[in-house]
Amino acid sequence: MIALVDYGAGNLTSVKKALAAVGAHAAVPRSPADLADARGIVVPGVGHFGATRALDDWWIEAIVRHIGEGRPLLGICLGMQWLYEGSDEAPDVRGLGLFSGRCYRLPANGVKVPHVGWNDVRISRSAAIVQDVGDAQVYFTHSYAAPVTGDTIATTAHGDRFASIVQRGQIAGVQFHPEKSGDVGLQILRNFVALTG
Amino acid sequence: MLSKRIIACLDVRDGSVVKGVRFEELRSAGDPAALARRYNAEGIDELVILDITATLEARRALADTIRAVARELFIPLAVGGGIRSEDAAAAAIDAGADKVSLNTAALENPALVTSLATRYGSQAVVVAIDAKREDDRFAVYARSGQTPAGRDAVDWAREAESRGAGEILLTSIDRDGTKSGFDCELTAAVSRAVAIPVIASGGAGALDHFVDVFTAGRADAALAASIFHYAETSVRALKTHLRQRGIPVRL
Repeated sequence: MIALVDYGAGNLTSVKKALAAVGAHAAVPRSPADLADARGIVVPGVGHFGATRALDDWWIEAIVRHIGEGRPLLGICLGMQWLYEGSDEAPDVRGLGLFSGRCYRLPANGVKVPHVGWNDVRISRSAAIVQDVGDAQVYFTHSYAAPVTGDTIATTAHGDRFASIVQRGQIAGVQFHPEKSGDVGLQILRNFVALTG
Repeated sequence: MLSKRIIACLDVRDGSVVKGVRFEELRSAGDPAALARRYNAEGIDELVILDITATLEARRALADTIRAVARELFIPLAVGGGIRSEDAAAAAIDAGADKVSLNTAALENPALVTSLATRYGSQAVVVAIDAKREDDRFAVYARSGQTPAGRDAVDWAREAESRGAGEILLTSIDRDGTKSGFDCELTAAVSRAVAIPVIASGGAGALDHFVDVFTAGRADAALAASIFHYAETSVRALKTHLRQRGIPVRL
């Protein structure tokens, strides 16, 4: 079972459906204790960084324990941003800090923010999460983004070049919505499911 | 580079696509999911289901339609038509819609835009504006273009953005169904006024109409119904044409 963490930020139906399409059973845990049975965790989400406040100390402890045991985690959109130290969108809310850096608002350098629509991902190095994925277009909808760091696997340009795919070991994140990105998105989810063994 | 989006609109009544379907097999099937599948295979970027059902019973069938379309499509799906309350929006989203489109309801109760944006995020809230040229201005109409709303389209788009809308779906009443091209002036006026994406609608009849609305019209996305239903133009042929004209598209 893959645990889909519900913290009230967005609709889980489409992520669940997309995981089912690649052969994985996803369930929404009712309490942090339920994560003990999960092969992998997906933290989905769209919207405001402040929403991650709902992931309280109990959830954080259970998620950190899960990661500590070498089990995989995938953050999607806001869920990816939460893996960083924090975000300028809600400066008083701490992120999980698994990846270094702070999320920041995309500058409107001749582009519209929010960044909505299909944009290119440029893969800068190989990683399990991008296996069989070439340079492709995927669906984004966000205003804040993570900086490009050593853990960045792929980048996307919109106002600035930001990290669109990140992975270190069993922890991965995607800024776009793989559940809304057609076949390419499904392949990325398949790659994550493969990590969960 | 961010692609310009091509969006197909399915007008659905009582569970069937009702606008401009000439394909016999699709007409007899009357099946939105079948049409959606075809568009998806051709590379459509997004789908809009517009419910033009009048009765309450049939409206419940809408959730089934959304579910059927959403089941096998992994691209963004918006639903509009008759969404007048938070409950109606929640029902559409629970059935699998990623976005809801509000028109008359947003004009009558702008606070609904804010409450939905707070609950689901701005990316889930599209404000649809139907506009008609009147003298030098673009007047907003409510109730499927029947009732003047007493608002200017540019002002209303700005207000919708400030209330939390994530996108504007802008339809030219003058051009709708005419196949004479999008209203680029209207689209550019609204697109300049807001920072959120603007989807142009109404008037698509030829490939170059899309080129025009993405250049002169400054549109972020363009929506069409009959041009695709008729299969006069495949989505792929349109995108190939746009790319040849230097417009970024997902192919």
